[in-house]
Amino acid sequence: MVDRWLIAFIVYVVVNIAVVVLAIVKAKMTRKISERTAFVFLGLATALAALPVLFIVIYTVFNGAGAISWSFLTQAPSQAGKAGGILPVIIGTFYLMFGTLLFALPMGIMAGIYLTEYAKDNWLTGLINMAIVNLAGVPSIVFGLFGLGVFVLAFHFGLSLLAASLTLACQALAMVITTSREAILAVPREYREGSLAVGATKWQTVRHIVLPDALPGIITGAVLAISRAAGETAPILATGAAFLVPRLPASPFDQFMALPYHLYTASSQVPGMPKTTMWGVALILLIVVLSFDVLAAVIRFRSRKRI
Amino acid sequence: MLKPKISSVVAGPKTENSLRRRLRLGERFVEGWIFLAGVLAIIILVGIIATLIKEGLPIFAYSSPWEFLFGAKWYPTSEPSTFGILPFFISTLMITLIATAAAVPIGVGCAAYLAEVAPTRVRETVKPIIELLAGIPSVMMGFIGLMLLSPLVRSIFHLNTGLCGLTAAIMLSLMSLPIIVSVSEDALRAVPKEFKEASYALGATKWETIRHVCVPAALSGISAAIMLGVGRAIGETMTVLMVAGGALAVPSSPTDPMTTMTAAIASGIGNAERGGLHYQALFAIGLILFVMTLGVNLIADRVLQRQKRKFAR
Repeated sequence: MVDRWLIAFIVYVVVNIAVVVLAIVKAKMTRKISERTAFVFLGLATALAALPVLFIVIYTVFNGAGAISWSFLTQAPSQAGKAGGILPVIIGTFYLMFGTLLFALPMGIMAGIYLTEYAKDNWLTGLINMAIVNLAGVPSIVFGLFGLGVFVLAFHFGLSLLAASLTLACQALAMVITTSREAILAVPREYREGSLAVGATKWQTVRHIVLPDALPGIITGAVLAISRAAGETAPILATGAAFLVPRLPASPFDQFMALPYHLYTASSQVPGMPKTTMWGVALILLIVVLSFDVLAAVIRFRSRKRI
Repeated sequence: MLKPKISSVVAGPKTENSLRRRLRLGERFVEGWIFLAGVLAIIILVGIIATLIKEGLPIFAYSSPWEFLFGAKWYPTSEPSTFGILPFFISTLMITLIATAAAVPIGVGCAAYLAEVAPTRVRETVKPIIELLAGIPSVMMGFIGLMLLSPLVRSIFHLNTGLCGLTAAIMLSLMSLPIIVSVSEDALRAVPKEFKEASYALGATKWETIRHVCVPAALSGISAAIMLGVGRAIGETMTVLMVAGGALAVPSSPTDPMTTMTAAIASGIGNAERGGLHYQALFAIGLILFVMTLGVNLIADRVLQRQKRKFAR
């Protein structure tokens, strides 16, 4: 009698434990499965974000490679851009990058120095930081309007390389300031104190100790900024880019041709433009922009290794 | 920062003293320039606002703000001209909305994967690729949309033309991904390790931790990322100019051709007579655009600062 009850009780306990364990295991399993599913979706999102750009680059290389030839790179366009090469377009873009750098780099570095070495923690500094953040978010076409209103009309530079360079420099400034500031902030405090301790003035310290050490970081930022500037269309569309200019700009007050504007006009404004030419222009633009990006990455990598 | 009185320590002969004074004078000059460069960002921002107001506001003498904002007719060159930007405004809204709706799940999912799940090697490969995407010029994206995506959209939806709001929105969603991914990933990374460890200690799986601990903790940073993405989409010009179709009517469906505010400025600025009504109207659109993006960016910046302070130790 007694052991029958005992057996029943043991069975009851075992069954209960089994049910609980099974439930736990099952829950664990479904939780594992739901985790697996979730991770698959996250991986899918990552693939969706990363793959299109690879596709774009590879597709452009394949389609544009056919257009690239010695004459395409070294001749001026003829028949309204449908034949001939794009040499003046490439040169115009390099002029533009140089002009942008000429204005944006010194001002950007000095602003970075001001913010790290001189600025006190007050309302003005707060205002400057706010202005930088917002400048980076201003739509590119608004920069175009600004350049048109100020440099082209108010300053009487006309539609010109100078006006376009200044406009792009204003746009690039935020990026140059931000990267310069980061690079200068990364210079160890001890360097400055050592310099001040041996009798250097503040400016001497900045000039001979801080700047050389921050240089790779500053250059990285500047290279990235002009790579962006080289690809910008909207700001130069209102300030001086033209589809066909008979000759290279001889002075900063001439109009000019540039790769992004050429690609825009060739692909959507000129009927009957050969497809290979368009892909060729696109490929050259991509090469110019991305090679500067790679250059920036290399400088960053090398300076990191040095430290 | 230390400010030792150097001159009193190195009191040398008189000549050296005057040299030092000359150095000081040059230094004052340089420091003046540095200050000027420091406030240049403010000068430019104020310059932008002043230019937009000076060139744009006069249009409201011709057309009342109400007519300008809610008028559906944009005939800048007819006699008499009418300036109603409602079609552009609706187009911008529609394209931005679709682009953001598509970009947010992909971008945040990608950020969560990169921050929490991906092995180092995958992350080291994917991050440069996404940076590469950020570096591709917008005119290039417009060109790709024109050549590859628009024929696809046209055949899928049986449209007369593939150049429509939807095509532009898809390209824009791709273009706002890099900023959404990088800012959200930073926010997820900033979540303190202790939060996750506490979650694991309670028996949660990695996915449960991401879903119920990491994402809620990083939510303000993620929403800032989304806002920055929206700001990017509102301000994007060349892509929408090339692939959105350019129709001037108020769009009724995403597959209609349309013109956004940015595209309206870009397509009109070349042939608007300087100082004329059309020219003023374009600057007024620019002003509205500027205010919209400024608002979005200010809020995003405020949210990001707050998030930074939240986990600062």
